[in-house]
Amino acid sequence: MHWSAIILTLRLALVVCMILLAIGMPIAYWITYTHWRWRFLAESVVALPLVLPPTVLGFYLLVAMGPQSPVGRLYESWMGHGLPFTFAGLVVGSVLYSLPFTVQPMAAAFALVDPTLINASAILGASRLRTFVRIILPLSIGGVITGVVLTFAHTLGEFGVVLMIGGNIPGVSRTISIAIYDDVQALDYASANNTALLLLVFSFAVLSILYAVNRSIWAVWPMHR
Amino acid sequence: MTAAMLSAAATSLSVRVRKILARDFSLEAEFEAGAGITMLFGQSGSGKSTLLSCIAGLIVPDAGHIVLDAKVLFDSQHKVNIPARKRSVGYLFQNLALFPHLTVEQNVQYGLAKVPAAVREKRVSTILESFRIAHLLAGKPNELSGGERQRVALARSLVTDPKVLLLDEPLTALDALTKSQIIADLRAWNASHEIPIIYVTHAVTEAFALGERVIVLDKGRVVAKGTPQEVLDAPRRELIANLAGFENVFDTTVESVSEAQGTMNCHLTGSEVNLEVPLVTVDHDAPIRVAIRAGDIMVATGKPVGLSARNTLKGVLVSLRREVVTMIATVNAGVNFEVHLTPNACCELNLKHGDEVWLVIKTYSCHLVNGDDVSAVN
Repeated sequence: MHWSAIILTLRLALVVCMILLAIGMPIAYWITYTHWRWRFLAESVVALPLVLPPTVLGFYLLVAMGPQSPVGRLYESWMGHGLPFTFAGLVVGSVLYSLPFTVQPMAAAFALVDPTLINASAILGASRLRTFVRIILPLSIGGVITGVVLTFAHTLGEFGVVLMIGGNIPGVSRTISIAIYDDVQALDYASANNTALLLLVFSFAVLSILYAVNRSIWAVWPMHR
Repeated sequence: MTAAMLSAAATSLSVRVRKILARDFSLEAEFEAGAGITMLFGQSGSGKSTLLSCIAGLIVPDAGHIVLDAKVLFDSQHKVNIPARKRSVGYLFQNLALFPHLTVEQNVQYGLAKVPAAVREKRVSTILESFRIAHLLAGKPNELSGGERQRVALARSLVTDPKVLLLDEPLTALDALTKSQIIADLRAWNASHEIPIIYVTHAVTEAFALGERVIVLDKGRVVAKGTPQEVLDAPRRELIANLAGFENVFDTTVESVSEAQGTMNCHLTGSEVNLEVPLVTVDHDAPIRVAIRAGDIMVATGKPVGLSARNTLKGVLVSLRREVVTMIATVNAGVNFEVHLTPNACCELNLKHGDEVWLVIKTYSCHLVNGDDVSAVN
């Protein structure tokens, strides 16, 4: 069993979830409530990873992070080493790759909050932040949890982007899916099966528990209510 | 602005707004409201809710000037636009907009976030008692009855001590008894606060019963304002006559004028009928119509004698039907008049289809309506 790969993958998924909760929620809020006429462009950019082959995203990220790019050079002069083939590089790639999975369920849930409640909150003197924390967030908590769970599950199973920008360095960038791929390449089907089965069972259990809890506690399922 | 104007605005709301809402529809309204209930009356699509939203700061007018309690809330010329949360406005939404996930207490407290806890609790308990909902404290909005929800929403709006209360048809769905109790509690509260209350409605019965003043809005324009009696009793505009529920509106020409008597003799077009109506100035270039409420016409089964009423018309009862507690009769007296009677009166007169009857109409029950160009009103 590839324990180091499993631990690395869980760590990656947790870090990505936390980062995306912090940046995905404001993006979802902005997309829901902005009157900007070019909003659809922002929506398209956020949704791009849904349709783009992971290798394409990974390729451009690799180029953007590489020593030829200003961003890559800046990072290297700052940290002493490049971003590609490091855990930090994996995090950056995974955050971009999972962005739509965080933003879309949250934006869908925010949009379902009755606008008169938001107006009522404003008239009662609440700032936008207070309105968000006291009214919008509690009423769309189902969508927020969905976003986090999907992000976690999606990052667990990521392969293409990780392979492109992380490579296959044990303990640094070798995630579960890459370990399985390695096993299959080496014709070690038994080992591949052990890890694959674990990933399958674990993902299914996480989703089932969270979906079940989510339904019974909040009883609001923004995607299909 | 002079000092006199400032002091005049101290306890009132002054509104002048223009907002283009569609290519062929714009809101252009101007009015002032002092303490007490002002009914803002108009049919759906007349711009009532938009006007409220402009006052509350939820919609930005294209141009205008809104002053509340000497504070400028909006001024297009000087680029003033105070955000909704700083306007000291109470707003009761049509759907009430109670926060479904918060308890009654949390809902009512919501607008008091910046008030010290001790003061907050006192104000909440006082307002809950004023509106008789103290026992509902721990309940959630979906556990309350319709009337209770209205009271919670009112308490939530008023606990912040707003300078104006805007009500967007909040009571339309309630039964008459609950409605009148809530209005009575609202009046009791306002006796000590004396703020303007703007009550939007499309129901005639509410418009002329609940408020001290009525503003009639039609197609985005204020077409009449005054006390309910003033607006109802002098429907010089056909539009207002239609809005105010005058069942009988006839084209007419002025035959003769008796200035000494203060009356005019009018001929109803296309008939032999003449009516004596009160003397008013009319614009003869515009259409002239006479409006009579169906409930103001009396029915007699024989020719009445010794009456003060100046108009008695002979006719035939052509139809009679019952609508809840009103008998609606149609009498042909040269033209068809709609007449409303109580079922008892109908019974005693033993009225039947085809009966010969006399209609009795007082001069002062006849209202002249001049023209249909609404822009020249007031």
